[in-house]
Amino acid sequence: MGSIFRSEEMTLCQLFLSSEAAYNCVSELGEIGLVQFRDLNPDVNAFQRKFVHEVRRCDEMERKLRYLETEMKKDNVPILDNGENPEAPQPREMIDLEATFEKLENEMKEVNSNAETLKKNSLELMELKHVLLTTQLFFDERDSEPGTSITQNLLPAEEGKGPVQLGFAAGVTLRERMPMFERMLWRVCRGNVFVRRADIQQPLEDPITGEEVFKTVFIIFFQGEQLKTKVKKICEGCRATMYPCPEAGAERKEMAQGVKGRLDDLSTVLSQTTDHRRRVLAAAAKHLRTWFIKVRKIKAIYHTLNMLNLDVTNKCLIAECWIPTSDLGVIRDALRKGTERSGSSVEPILNRMQTQLKPPTFHRTNKFTSGFQNLIDAYGVATYREVNPALYTTTTFPFLFAVMFGDAGHGVLMLAFAAWMVIREKALIAAKMSGEIWNIFFGGRYIILLMSCFSIYTGIIYNDVFSKSFNIFGSAWRINSNATVENLEHWEELTLDPANREEYSGKPYPFGFDPMWQIAVNKIAFQNSYKMKISIIIGVIHMIFGVVVSLYNHTFFRNYISLVFEFIPQMIFLIGMFGWLCIMVFIKWIMYGAGPEFGEERSSFCAPSVLITFINMVLLKKEKEDPTTPCKVFMFEGQYILQLVLLVLCIICVPLMLFPKPLILKSLHNSKKRHHEQQAIAQNGELGGEATTSGHGEEEEEFEFSEVFIEQAIHTIEFVLGSVSHTASYLRLWALSLAHAQLSEVLWNMVMKIGLSQSFYTGSIMLYLIFAAWAALTISILVLMEGLSAFLHTLRLHWVEFQSKFYKGEGYAFTPLTFKHIVSGDEDDA
Amino acid sequence: MMKICGPKLSLCCTILSVWAIIQLGLMAIFFYVRSPAFIEDLKIDDHDHHDAEKFLKALDTSYSTIAVNCAISAGLYVVTLAVSGWQMWVNKNS
Repeated sequence: MGSIFRSEEMTLCQLFLSSEAAYNCVSELGEIGLVQFRDLNPDVNAFQRKFVHEVRRCDEMERKLRYLETEMKKDNVPILDNGENPEAPQPREMIDLEATFEKLENEMKEVNSNAETLKKNSLELMELKHVLLTTQLFFDERDSEPGTSITQNLLPAEEGKGPVQLGFAAGVTLRERMPMFERMLWRVCRGNVFVRRADIQQPLEDPITGEEVFKTVFIIFFQGEQLKTKVKKICEGCRATMYPCPEAGAERKEMAQGVKGRLDDLSTVLSQTTDHRRRVLAAAAKHLRTWFIKVRKIKAIYHTLNMLNLDVTNKCLIAECWIPTSDLGVIRDALRKGTERSGSSVEPILNRMQTQLKPPTFHRTNKFTSGFQNLIDAYGVATYREVNPALYTTTTFPFLFAVMFGDAGHGVLMLAFAAWMVIREKALIAAKMSGEIWNIFFGGRYIILLMSCFSIYTGIIYNDVFSKSFNIFGSAWRINSNATVENLEHWEELTLDPANREEYSGKPYPFGFDPMWQIAVNKIAFQNSYKMKISIIIGVIHMIFGVVVSLYNHTFFRNYISLVFEFIPQMIFLIGMFGWLCIMVFIKWIMYGAGPEFGEERSSFCAPSVLITFINMVLLKKEKEDPTTPCKVFMFEGQYILQLVLLVLCIICVPLMLFPKPLILKSLHNSKKRHHEQQAIAQNGELGGEATTSGHGEEEEEFEFSEVFIEQAIHTIEFVLGSVSHTASYLRLWALSLAHAQLSEVLWNMVMKIGLSQSFYTGSIMLYLIFAAWAALTISILVLMEGLSAFLHTLRLHWVEFQSKFYKGEGYAFTPLTFKHIVSGDEDDA
Repeated sequence: MMKICGPKLSLCCTILSVWAIIQLGLMAIFFYVRSPAFIEDLKIDDHDHHDAEKFLKALDTSYSTIAVNCAISAGLYVVTLAVSGWQMWVNKNS
């Protein structure tokens, strides 16, 4: 019988599977996700395991699929996701899958390499085309002067030197390299070459990277063979491509036409290649997701099979697994199904084993409780069969958050967001949105929903809606006859005395803070007193609750020593000290007040400070009565004696927590050892000198008294000192709610008030703009930042102050073999 | 259909407009019924502080003005809602 109160009862089972049925049975177990396999070959290297070849094949298949996926993403081919859950295919089908993937991969590689070659050719042709075009311009200029050749020198030939012929070289290079190239040419050729350049306007596509680059056409004129070789070398070094360019115009025209023709052919071939590629990818995209799931399932099954032991007869595989005891029937059904599918006649055998190993902790959660369970598990997974704090966290967490957040307006905003997430749950899960922050918020949607509902409640109690109060029931305060024009002209503020029944009606506001406090100057002082007191009261109740939960743990684990010597002293200490503090607060609230009903002794003037009384109690100070006032030091007769008794009780509890438990444990251990020795002697006598160690099947229990005593001392000090510090720690409930209220008020006064206090109707434009600013700041600062802050502090209160009273958290989580995350598409590295 | 803003901005503006209409509408009603919760948001000039009659009248005028301002702003946000709703529709169709 399982519930979220405790973790499930787990059994260690031995599973005998026949070799034919093993694969299918593990596949079925993976589908139901309730079995955690233990690794029976922990010392074996990953490469020496039995099914290492199959795992390797799966890895190869996954690599091919990932390659296909990247190609599809490059071309923006949509990958179909119809949410179906294909079963893990049989081992013999693996070969078919491998063949398909191999074929696809080869086809893709071929298409890609062809496309690359084509693109390279087309790039060359295009560059050649541009070169011819540009040089055409150069030569045209020259041809405007008929009768000369461009290679004829312009200066008249000097005597003794023959006619000079200029050679030229044309080519293309990247635009960025041009300046460097020109400078290099100038330096190396000592300025004896002439360069002309023209930029190519349109960008050309680089065949390898696919990027678009800008290039420049250049033509270099030089004289003589040596310069020619130098120029050639420099061009090669600067990675500029040279193109042979004929000098005669007619040849150039012919070349240009040939180039054009070839370019057209190439572009047709290229477009056909890309079409073919798209077709192949589109056909594969339909099945890609299914293939991924199948391959990952096969891999998971073989990983699991690697953990099993091979039986001596080599006919069956033995597995050790943890399963929840209540799910034995479901697992037997799954095994039966797997055996049927494999067609084997041998039934798998499921044996329960007795063991001393610590079982994993399994909490059965639904979509509502899983959020809270995650919060608790983040601190530490519960020890096996320990009480699960997540159950109570479902209520205490939103409540403590709300005490700190306390604004109904912000609560409504949060509620709108959370309600949208919860109502559109199915659609949002199916949309599979990426983004870690979104996933965090969506995963905690039920937590946010509860937090917002509770916040609206505490917002109504604090009477705070965007820092304004609502007056629903009618205020209990009245402005009295002191409010004359004369008085108001002289006084800054008007003081309303709660003892005066003309100013305060004596019947308090029925629910929450009186709306009058909103405009009172001493609002904070009044709220501080209230909020600090309820923070302490809530804190003490929370901690006492934690100690009570430890009682359940002690009784369940039959730890009666702890029950008597830890639980009882802890309760007495907490209730005697801090419970008494809370009781004093209540007494003061009830017995003292302002007004004629209370008399002089119980007037607000005479109300004793609870904190001072508490400190005097611990310091055993008995203050003298002050004769000038009618006030008494103590709230009732006999308070001093009562406090003395409580103090003595609490002091006795400290050694009670410290000494008895280790001493009793030591005596228990000694008696057990003596008992074992007597047994061994008796056995020895009977069997005549056999080894005595055979009687011990279990581990030798070591008992170091000093260790146990120190541990107990640490626990005691932690509890005693912690009780003071944790009680004070709950004051953060007051601090954060004060900060939130003040931030809200400041935001209204500094931002919204400017938009509101306008004298003319044109101020509505101002209000229009300022509202947007106020709304943005409200969401970002007050809801998001303060919300996260309050969430964090609530989490800390639960993890430290609450759980340190009972939680051990030394378990390990139950990690069954499950295909759920494979189907949902989470990236998992098996 | 002209696209002025992208999907995210139009969604934000739509949500903001809905919130603004509700809140400014309620505030207009509250200012109209002279709720004392908003007494610190009023605009009363200094010279009106010295005479009781003038003060009360200034109080009244300020309440009315701000109530009308809230209503006008709410109306402007209705227009904003229409525009951003239209933009959301345009973005969805494109």
